[in-house]
Amino acid sequence: MAVDQVAVLGVGMHPWGKWGRNFVEYGVHAARAALADAGIDWRDIGFVAGADTMRNGYPGYVAGATFAQALGWTGIPVTSAYGACASGAMALDAARQRILSGMCDVALVVGADTTPKGFLKPNAGERNDDPDWLRFRLLGATNPSYFAMWARRRIDLYGATPEDFAQVKVKNARHGLSNPYARYRKEVGPEDVASSPVVASPLRLLDICATSDGGAAMVISSMDYARRHLAANGTASDPLVRIAAISTVTPTFPNTVLELPNFSTDSAAGLPAPDLTFKQSIGAAAYEQAGLGPEDVDVAEVYDLSTALELDWYEDLGFCGQGEAEKLLRDGATTLGGRLPVNPSGGLACFGEAVPAQALAQVCELTWQLRGTAEGRQAEGARVGITANQGLFGHGSSVIVTR
Amino acid sequence: MGKPRVPVVEGWFTMPPLDDTAPIDERGVPGVKLIGTRCTGSGTYFFPPERVMSRAPGHADAELEEVELSDRGRLWSYTDAQYQPPEPFVAATDPYEPVCLAAVELERERMVVLGQVVRGVTVDDLQVGMEMELVLDTLNEDEEAEYVVWKWRPVEGADHEGAS
Repeated sequence: MAVDQVAVLGVGMHPWGKWGRNFVEYGVHAARAALADAGIDWRDIGFVAGADTMRNGYPGYVAGATFAQALGWTGIPVTSAYGACASGAMALDAARQRILSGMCDVALVVGADTTPKGFLKPNAGERNDDPDWLRFRLLGATNPSYFAMWARRRIDLYGATPEDFAQVKVKNARHGLSNPYARYRKEVGPEDVASSPVVASPLRLLDICATSDGGAAMVISSMDYARRHLAANGTASDPLVRIAAISTVTPTFPNTVLELPNFSTDSAAGLPAPDLTFKQSIGAAAYEQAGLGPEDVDVAEVYDLSTALELDWYEDLGFCGQGEAEKLLRDGATTLGGRLPVNPSGGLACFGEAVPAQALAQVCELTWQLRGTAEGRQAEGARVGITANQGLFGHGSSVIVTR
Repeated sequence: MGKPRVPVVEGWFTMPPLDDTAPIDERGVPGVKLIGTRCTGSGTYFFPPERVMSRAPGHADAELEEVELSDRGRLWSYTDAQYQPPEPFVAATDPYEPVCLAAVELERERMVVLGQVVRGVTVDDLQVGMEMELVLDTLNEDEEAEYVVWKWRPVEGADHEGAS
């Protein structure tokens, strides 16, 4: 069921940090950078999609129209998407659908946020019908609580060690050293991780990603439009990155893995559990759409909300078998220079999470990787890249780009 | 007579017989049951109890019957909160003492249910696969009431070698 491709004409980002300014500023900065990268005037954009900011787990500020107004109203249609960590991919998918249906030639997608300090927490007030509120009230279960329970499973089932988890941080910190968009650009040693305080056993502070401000944007178009545009610009010989798949699937009942913000899994006492877990199904849908498999992937950007979670993704995206992720890491396969570098950008370890921007930032990074312009962090000769993330309320996404 | 004991959430668990004149023991009080619903079409359980319709695809018209869930299971995973969680969490102690969380797999229901672990248990006392049981315990108190909730605790003297 391979789907027609669309072209990535331009990408742009605002550096991640804790700037404390309005999210619109980051989004506009990223959008202008993407338009400049594409060599497209804003007035030529036929559709704009925004990824809503996140406030307390729920959609915050309307994004699409806010960015359209800030860039100067041009009368084009707009949409905004909210899907927690997958918001950016959902906005990107909306733009792709417009293009593939022939309703527009070229579209702009933007995600940006300003994130409050500390734990992501629920909305205020008595909210007895809101599972996200109740998990804090009844349990004190923060997001790291869930990351930690998944990490504990790796230790118990596969013999992973805290040292393995630390090694993910060490790798990603090194990858991000020269990334101008990364918030943290500093070597981290295993001893730094080991001496950071435990937040949620077995995870320590440096195992868990921070929350950040940031913005990312993309200009995408039909393949025909891209060819005409590149020819007109005299850049037809430049590598053209394409989007081969966008997966934004929901879980299949019964979902037997405990997920944020739930009190329980679905029960498998009635209907049989699906063959693939939710996270596996996110990648599988992307592979199917692209007509590609894990063996084709050269580089990946995966959601390392925690160090241990990056290891889960190796398995869930099919880079290795269940329980083999620690070996893949220890062998250096996922380090730059290895056969399948993961998080060459430095990942969330170096960025911190800016929710609506993050899924787009992953694709921006892979675009630079496939163009061969990821200075100081290049996965040599990469032709196929995959992203993956998962967040609150049954959201997740995976994007495959090729050249 | 102390303050009234109030379930922190309505309709999610039963209240065991309690001695209103004595504080709840640190290890909690057995006899509490989680209230779930069961889809009579598919046999699927729901917790928190699903009241509107069965979420098992293809069984939208099946009746939901209220059931008490198993009060024992095997530890699927666990962690603790070394830093005080943000509101609406209310610390039971001042200063805050780290709280453990347990995700326990119920055999009959084939589902994992999360809960706090009773006070005095640390992650060093826990191991994936060990047998756990449900108790009622104090979550926190304010001027008006003592709020109670279900918690998990290791079964004393049980065989803790089982893997999940």
